[in-house]
Amino acid sequence: MAEINEIIKPENLVYAKSKVLTDNVMSYCPGCTHGVVHKLIAEVIEEMDIQEKTIGVCPVGCSVLAYNFLDIDWQQAAHGRAPAVATAVARLKPEKIVFAYQGDGDLASIGTAEIIHACNRGENMVVIFINNGIYGMTGGQMAPTTLEGMPTSTSPYGRDIKMTGHPLRITELIAQLPGTNFVTRQAAHTPASVRKCKKAIRKAFDNVAAKKGTSFIEVVSTCSSGWKLSPVKSNEWMVEHMFPFYKLGDLKDE
Amino acid sequence: MAEYRLMKGNEVIAEAAIRFGCDGYFGYPITPQSEIMETLMLRKPWEETGMVVLQAESEVAAINMVYGGAACGKKVLTSSSSPGISLKQEGITYIAGAELPCVIVNVVRGGPGLGTIQPAQSDYFQAVKGGGHGDYRLIVLAPASVQEMNDFVGLGFDLAFKYRNPVMILSDGVIGQMMEKVQLGDFKPRWTDAEIIKMHGSWATTGKTPDRKHNIITSLELDSYRQEKFNHKLTAKYKTISENEVRFEEISCEDAEYLFIAYGSSSRICQKAIELARAKGIKVGLLRPITLFPYPTKKIQSMLSKLKGILAVEMSAGQMVEDVRLAVEGKVPVEHFGRFGGVIPTPNEVVQALEEQIIKRK
Amino acid sequence: MTEEIIIAGFGGQGVLSMGKILAYSGIMQDQEVSWMPSYGPEMRGGTANVTVILSDNRISSPILQEYDTAIILNQQSMDKFEKSVKKGGTLIYDPNGIIHPPTRKDITIYKVEAAEEAAKMQSAKSFNMLVLGAFLKIKPIVKLENIIKGLKKSLPERHQHLMPMNEKAITRGMEIIYEVK
Repeated sequence: MAEINEIIKPENLVYAKSKVLTDNVMSYCPGCTHGVVHKLIAEVIEEMDIQEKTIGVCPVGCSVLAYNFLDIDWQQAAHGRAPAVATAVARLKPEKIVFAYQGDGDLASIGTAEIIHACNRGENMVVIFINNGIYGMTGGQMAPTTLEGMPTSTSPYGRDIKMTGHPLRITELIAQLPGTNFVTRQAAHTPASVRKCKKAIRKAFDNVAAKKGTSFIEVVSTCSSGWKLSPVKSNEWMVEHMFPFYKLGDLKDE
Repeated sequence: MAEYRLMKGNEVIAEAAIRFGCDGYFGYPITPQSEIMETLMLRKPWEETGMVVLQAESEVAAINMVYGGAACGKKVLTSSSSPGISLKQEGITYIAGAELPCVIVNVVRGGPGLGTIQPAQSDYFQAVKGGGHGDYRLIVLAPASVQEMNDFVGLGFDLAFKYRNPVMILSDGVIGQMMEKVQLGDFKPRWTDAEIIKMHGSWATTGKTPDRKHNIITSLELDSYRQEKFNHKLTAKYKTISENEVRFEEISCEDAEYLFIAYGSSSRICQKAIELARAKGIKVGLLRPITLFPYPTKKIQSMLSKLKGILAVEMSAGQMVEDVRLAVEGKVPVEHFGRFGGVIPTPNEVVQALEEQIIKRK
Repeated sequence: MTEEIIIAGFGGQGVLSMGKILAYSGIMQDQEVSWMPSYGPEMRGGTANVTVILSDNRISSPILQEYDTAIILNQQSMDKFEKSVKKGGTLIYDPNGIIHPPTRKDITIYKVEAAEEAAKMQSAKSFNMLVLGAFLKIKPIVKLENIIKGLKKSLPERHQHLMPMNEKAITRGMEIIYEVK
């Protein structure tokens, strides 16, 4: 014990939780990507020293409770409406830095109109889009981004594209819109991808600080509970199935 | 001398918003209220006061922009007409659930569905009894003149911030489209963040400072007992509003044996009907509820001992009349007269209805 | 004093703006006023009408079914509003395009050949001001100076140069109205 206390000294500190993260225990499942992305956003806010300037808008979905985990002012939006809510914040409080945090059901299904129009207007905001191809919170139903043949609770025999259409690559649509200046697709399943993802988030926040319009980051993610796989298997499944359809990299960087 | 202008009810909403220091308007075009956004766009208040005006992609987006703006502590406004107000209901219940202040203008037209673009009062239930899901209430103001369209913007924001509750101005196509003499208010500066905090506390998302916990604007509560506690809090708030904010006008009631109860444009028609009826020797008065929630229930009850009958006049198939009956509790006869679907009742029809349904009633 | 007026004709005849000028003039002399138009798709090229009320007292209903004065500028409006003039009231009409002239004996009927006069003046836009002048001759409820003020208030900046033409038309309108007996 005495030895440990010898070690716990400021000069020996190699890692600390971001001050922007609260002490609340995260409600996410083991292996979930949300926690990693929350941490990255918190670190970026801390590094940029913009805790007092940042307003977050969280969605309906698993990350509805994001406001419990980042120590900034938050607005919780109705399902799919975060870009409209964030639009008003961006317009009425132009001195602040606003970001909308949304999942795939929220952003690419019920909130399609809001995200397309906010991005088309080039609202000065960051959009973080967590795409795990499934509705996590409601118990694993088919999402607009669910891959062909992928089983979910509302597509128990696998997604039939003849019945429900194709998985939606909405980020490719977003990249077409002149209001966006930075559109990228990232992942956060390995140390290297986490570092890359953080760089992208930092760039997006820098862009908004420089009033460049909308910066949009998709993070291809896992949902161990919904996919009914272990966290490790989920990552493997994502690399094997999600990445070929949702290709990582920058779609637009102006 | 006060300066009077001749303006449409809809135009006045826009002008009043600018003068009252409104921070933002978010809307979507729909007849018969498009003049509100058109007037704002023509006036360019962003050059004058910094007020934000944005044509949203939908009613749904517009009301959620209102949510976002209100959550920043800003004075934000939206307007629409019946079908558009239906689309806004999701946002309205979230605003009520998150206890945010805002003003929503409904220039009512006939329904259901796409209905007609002509005036109606068939959204009373939606405005007063709910509209969206969950146990909540709007404070509902019913202007009966262009002057009140002006006055209720300011009153609406005052009440909205006092109670942190959405306020609806329930107008209709008559009040929105007609021009009358109006005295506009003086220009008031928009509030700064510091003023918002000083006046209303620091609940808004103005950026987390070291001196306070982070502010969270949400209507979510996953713990049932805490949600129930919150519902009790809302109920208590609505009770306070009911006790303190009832507004009404009495016209020719001193010697009245019969009473019209009507709000908005119907109340104007009833005033003419009173002239006609009194010329025939019928002693009839008018109680005009100005607030529909809270409803002047106690006022109605206090008048009953002198009354032989009440005619509720509204441009609907019978909505407000239910609140009259709840107040009267069967003590005097209550009947409903309405024209609807965009048809406006004539004063003569109203007098005739009073005679046939109330006076000659067996 | 309360004067309840309906002005009815085709969209494009200046029916609504005539009503607006009248209402503005009422404000100029401290009266209560209301201006209630028919609105909606029927306005686009079809019939247009506006109810204008000027009163020394608070105005009750802005929508009426009987009027002190009806100013009627097309046949459809004649069919609709001749019967709505109060007994002893006034009906003013332009005979241009009227196939069935008014027949009531219990009201006073006036003719103003405003369309013809506007053509003579080579100023189609003067039409509604001719009619307004004619009305004021019969019902001098507002002073001419207040009408001019009301006109000035309701004309947009880009049309202010039309003031002399409009004033002339109002004066001319007063000269050309005559009673039908």
